[in-house]
Amino acid sequence: MTSMSAITQTSDLTNKAALIPLATERPAYYRMSGIEETSNVSSEFQEERSEEEVEEEIGYEDPFRYVFYRDRKEWADLEPVPQDDGPNPVVKIAYSDKFTDVYDYFRALLKNDEKSDRALLLTAEAIELNAANYTVWHYRRVLLQALEKDLREEMRYITAIIEDQPKNYQVWHHRRMVVEWLNDPSEELEFIAEILSQDAKNYHAWQHRQWVIKEYKLWDSELEYVEQLLEEDVRNNSAWNQRHYIISHTTGYSDPAILNREVQYSLKQIKKAPHNESVWNYLKGILQDLGLSSHPGLLEQILELKETHCSPYLLGFLVDIYEDFLENTLEHHEEVLSKALELCELLAREKDTIRREYWSYVGRSLQTKYGSSDSSTTTSAPGSDSGSVHQETPCSS
Amino acid sequence: GTQVKDVVIKSDAPSALLLDKHADYIAAYGSKKDDYEYTLSEYLRMSGIYWGLTVMDLMGQLTRMNQQEISDFIKSCQHDCGGVSASIGHDPHVLYTLSAVQILSLYDNVNVLDVDKVVEYVRGLQQEDGSFAGDKWGEIDTRFSFCAVATLALLGRLDAINMDKAVEFVLSCMNFDGGFGCRPGSESHAGQIYCCTGFLSIAGQLHQVNADLLGWWLCERQLPSGGLNGRPEKLPDVCYSWWVLASLKIIGRIHWIDKSKLRSFILACQDEETGGFADRPGDMVDPFHTLFGVAGLSLLGEGQIKDVNPVLCMPEDVLERLGLHPDLLSYSTPLVPAAIVFNRSSSSMS
Repeated sequence: MTSMSAITQTSDLTNKAALIPLATERPAYYRMSGIEETSNVSSEFQEERSEEEVEEEIGYEDPFRYVFYRDRKEWADLEPVPQDDGPNPVVKIAYSDKFTDVYDYFRALLKNDEKSDRALLLTAEAIELNAANYTVWHYRRVLLQALEKDLREEMRYITAIIEDQPKNYQVWHHRRMVVEWLNDPSEELEFIAEILSQDAKNYHAWQHRQWVIKEYKLWDSELEYVEQLLEEDVRNNSAWNQRHYIISHTTGYSDPAILNREVQYSLKQIKKAPHNESVWNYLKGILQDLGLSSHPGLLEQILELKETHCSPYLLGFLVDIYEDFLENTLEHHEEVLSKALELCELLAREKDTIRREYWSYVGRSLQTKYGSSDSSTTTSAPGSDSGSVHQETPCSS
Repeated sequence: GTQVKDVVIKSDAPSALLLDKHADYIAAYGSKKDDYEYTLSEYLRMSGIYWGLTVMDLMGQLTRMNQQEISDFIKSCQHDCGGVSASIGHDPHVLYTLSAVQILSLYDNVNVLDVDKVVEYVRGLQQEDGSFAGDKWGEIDTRFSFCAVATLALLGRLDAINMDKAVEFVLSCMNFDGGFGCRPGSESHAGQIYCCTGFLSIAGQLHQVNADLLGWWLCERQLPSGGLNGRPEKLPDVCYSWWVLASLKIIGRIHWIDKSKLRSFILACQDEETGGFADRPGDMVDPFHTLFGVAGLSLLGEGQIKDVNPVLCMPEDVLERLGLHPDLLSYSTPLVPAAIVFNRSSSSMS
């Protein structure tokens, strides 16, 4: 059997693919998708053609000529390995024929530890059917290295796969490995931006972006990119996280001018969309080390905003400012404490009732820490359920 | 501003707990014809078995599963390097190594595996900076830090790794909002937070968490529907009811969630016809969401379900047998100055 010689080189397939009207820029093997025909039809054709012609056929999108691996002469040397499910089903599971066929042959390749171009092609098919199968990806990487494949070609491949299935650990890890092997991040920022334009919160995409930026020191235009994303959706938590990431790793927040710039930027975004968890978490996050009450003019700005752009977040933030004030100053305690407690009560009773336990806790903590010791505290504690002040309720009671 | 991202629970959504249906669903899972989903998930089969067995045990129905077959399967999934794969013919990974050890712990039978080799495998995954790779290909993620210490804790072999460095790495993933991501700088995410708080619990380092700040971030996950999301501006999902709730339990702030609203959401995720839980009401069920729905209800105090351990997501009685009591933070702020408490005739301390 001249199985090995019948294997057409990938580049050949690509060249020939260009002649076929349906071909696109994707590698030919990627086009073998979703085609299922009965094997009768395919084997009929198979007998009339040379091995090479059959191979050509397999590479191109001709939906009526998909040939199962079990029917391909050039794969006849391999004994397919059926799935071993372990603790299983008395009843045989019927999967799609194509899935079974591809994976039976994948297992055969693994078993023989075959390192060949046909194996590489088959991994692409297996991935197409189940891109989360990490074992296939491992094997593909082993093959890429053993066969010294063109990694630029692989970049094109993984680009297409990610575009199709962007929410999968394996595809992104694979891309990272290829970038590392090539030591070339030049396409990354643009590619990730493209993926993020489809889902601006794709967690995997953001991890990859952070890695690329840090590894290859591509910090320069990232803040601009983040601002653009926030223009599009000011509630994008990933973008706010990225903002923090960039600034932390470049200028830092210790320069008062930068800190103030960020505070003012945040307040501006709050005006645009007051009900925005992310911006409030960001604002608190950047100020908490220095202390919320220490930032000049902030309290006044927040109180102003309260009149026109109020939200439970704003009220909660005010409580945080007052708390910080109580912690760091000795004057006006009663007045400030009273304001803080009033807000906690308002939040628990009306503005953020789903979190009344939290607001109740905050109020009680403040009372305990800063209240005068002879005031009867518990009965005025906002939102406390029947005055019970016990330790954490064991939830199995 | 724009609408809050959330679901609306229909008035005819399930409101009673259908444990028997869920047990039947799990017992029959994988044995139906044409179950394409079952085939597709072969690459995570070990975890799938862990989800199924754990939820059955929580419902007191573990005996309906085939212990011998499962033990044999696990044995055949341990590789020479000591790691365990998701299924036969797959490569080893720390995720499936943990699942295997969890399953065998349920059966009190970890010696089905070569335990020393498991320990070696896990030890070998630790990097210089204290982080853990998932497998030999080097993906780093705090999920794997959790998997590593959870595996070793169950085997009583926490001494095998450099714990100080491991802790250092996890702490370096703590963000400005008090949460944790998968690597330093990564966005806070409830799933990662569960892994990191679970890790810190096992490592005895929970005091390093800013419990009030993180607790606030976590209780902010609760949406008007009562369900929990995984990060800001995302839809609720029953599995976050576990990741978020367990984290809150670990840091001693579980009562910051409106429990009855969450309970209603979780129950609404049941499928009355097929049994099982879906990610949100009306969607298709699967074993993953079934476990986390039931486990979430257990944390909320559901009487019909066994107590679940929030760190390891395993029945408490199993950990009791193993003598494992991972730390949990308690509500540490004194609520009333001691002088006042002891002066009161009718104490309000219950």
